Amino acid sequence: MNIHEYQGKSILKSFGVRIQEGIVAENAEQAVDAAKQLQAETGTGWWVVKAQIHAGGRGKGGGVKLAKSLDEVKERAEQIIGMQLITPQTGPEGKKVNKVLIAQDVYYPGASETKEYYMSVLLNRSTGRNIIMYSTEGGMDIEEVAEKTPHLIFKEEIDPKVGLQAFQTRKIAFNLGLEGDAFKDMTKFVAALYKAYETTDSAMFEINPVLKTSDNKILAVDAKVNLDENALYRHPDYKEMRDITEEDPTEVEAGKSNLNYVKLDGNVGCMVNGAGLAMATMDIIKLSGGEPANFLDVGGTANAKTVEAAFHIILKDPNVKAILINIFGGIVRCDRVAQGVIDAYQNIGNIPVPIIVRLQGTNAVEAKKLIDDSGLKVFSAITLDEAAARVKQVLS
Amino acid sequence: MSVLVNKNSKVIVQGFTGSEGTFHAGQMIEYGTNVVGGVTPGKGGTSHLDRPVFNTVADAVTKTGADVSIIFVPPAFAADAIMEAANAGIKVIICITEGIPTRDMVAVKEYLTDKDCTLIGPNCPGVMTAGEAKVGIMPGFIFTPGRIGIVSKSGTLTYEAVDQITKQGLGQSTAIGIGGDPIIGTTTKEAVELLMNDPETDAIIMIGEIGGGMEAEAAHWIKANGTKPVVGFIAGQTAPPGRRMGHAGAIVGGADDTAAAKMKIMRECGIRVVESPAEIGVAMVEELKKAGII
Repeated sequence: MNIHEYQGKSILKSFGVRIQEGIVAENAEQAVDAAKQLQAETGTGWWVVKAQIHAGGRGKGGGVKLAKSLDEVKERAEQIIGMQLITPQTGPEGKKVNKVLIAQDVYYPGASETKEYYMSVLLNRSTGRNIIMYSTEGGMDIEEVAEKTPHLIFKEEIDPKVGLQAFQTRKIAFNLGLEGDAFKDMTKFVAALYKAYETTDSAMFEINPVLKTSDNKILAVDAKVNLDENALYRHPDYKEMRDITEEDPTEVEAGKSNLNYVKLDGNVGCMVNGAGLAMATMDIIKLSGGEPANFLDVGGTANAKTVEAAFHIILKDPNVKAILINIFGGIVRCDRVAQGVIDAYQNIGNIPVPIIVRLQGTNAVEAKKLIDDSGLKVFSAITLDEAAARVKQVLS
Repeated sequence: MSVLVNKNSKVIVQGFTGSEGTFHAGQMIEYGTNVVGGVTPGKGGTSHLDRPVFNTVADAVTKTGADVSIIFVPPAFAADAIMEAANAGIKVIICITEGIPTRDMVAVKEYLTDKDCTLIGPNCPGVMTAGEAKVGIMPGFIFTPGRIGIVSKSGTLTYEAVDQITKQGLGQSTAIGIGGDPIIGTTTKEAVELLMNDPETDAIIMIGEIGGGMEAEAAHWIKANGTKPVVGFIAGQTAPPGRRMGHAGAIVGGADDTAAAKMKIMRECGIRVVESPAEIGVAMVEELKKAGII
């Protein structure tokens, strides 16, 4: 589960990770109040107004602006709140900004030069262990760094038996070229960051940039935090951080019916049992000359109720020209699923697009007969080949 | 001989008396699997499905000589159940449970490093040796005893492959559902290796999906050590990057874990890769003919 920067930072801070301080605001007035409060608490004279959306690259899209006076804070907040922010990660339609984070200015001048670093914590799937990935090249797109200067990216793997060790935090700070107070502060920063990652059951932390200030403090300027959804039952307070306005409304609705749905851009909708078969069905649609309009896993129980809910969700998409239902009945019986399809069809009334139903497995023949005898505008198939041919036929 | 489970396996069910455990244990027994008992803490000494219930896996092993365990306990307790089975000396642990927190699995993986056991899953459909033992949730009736081994991350897609093999007049030796989570006990490569070394398996079907590097690892191993025909398929050619497709591990994270990248590596390593999942059965027949096996 993705959360906002301001939420991620509040989690980090609760584990003793130093952050760029900030206060979240939902309108210009709140933004100015936040700026005043921040000035009183931190002494900052400039502020950064940062759009809070679940996507990176916000600065490039005009979602992060410096304000040098309270009037500018108001002006920037008015500009950003309500805007449709387009970044390299949002897609062309962008994302609406509902909140901004008013943050202290941490790039103030001082005795030493400021420097930005990159740091993330994540699972290395091939070893089943967590790693800290870090680089001297902070504030940039890390994929780009990985491509152009891979030798500037370092990895430190953590042994689950003993956890992160002090020598590892020293190694990281040395590799980043730090010394003196900044060195010590970095070792503390890394230790606190890893503790936060483990304790919160996070799936990924990405801090870009990590900043060395001009007075040699290490702090997180940004925080991209992704929490393990399977572990949210252990963290009811984090569960409440979910912001459904950041999600596709149809996907949210599907979730309520226990359907696993992902909206795509194509013209053929699909409804499948099992995630692997669902992906394979999308591939079949493409090979048959169509484009998948969605991923939809109805799970183990494909009854009339779930099929009806799935129909409603798929049909919300005006681009859908046909629907392919692909069920492999192992434990579920195909004739039951077929009856579910027929009932759902009749409950909805007129479904304006052709439907292809492929039922294979337990009682597949009986199921095909039920569909064929129903008198509905439904094409039936048993093998995958037949289903693919039907899709081709319907699209042409 | 066969891989992982066979007619001589003594199987216990952890989470035996729960609804999932009860239903699937019943199906396993009906298929002829040698289920010797089950474990539900607090219900030891009772009987369920005409089999004894034990409080601990250790008790069950002492009393029944069980060497295989299948786990149906809820996600919050599943990691503990795996470690209990390993601690009690179970040799093959098959965990069906979906939704185990990743942090728990990091600990499990570490715990198992010095234990003499094999973990299959979690979040998998289990292991099936056709005609001998069904230790999982795969539908038994689609299997026919034969000589094709199957390794897959996905449940229903495995059934699809099994069914196509049966329809081609062939049969299966063992089907191993390795699971779709980011951390699993047995990798694609390890499962392929088991089947490559199995004298009762002539050829292998390897089904993967987007995300992670396991298929590439298996492909490189096959290129170096393979002795049998392998047919491969990767689900998710049309999956958009950065979106999780149902399975926790099914997410394209970079350029290397797309379906296209995996298929390319597999082809380069000599695997017969099919574009459409509908072609798995036909392709296998062709490969068997090419190799002079049929």
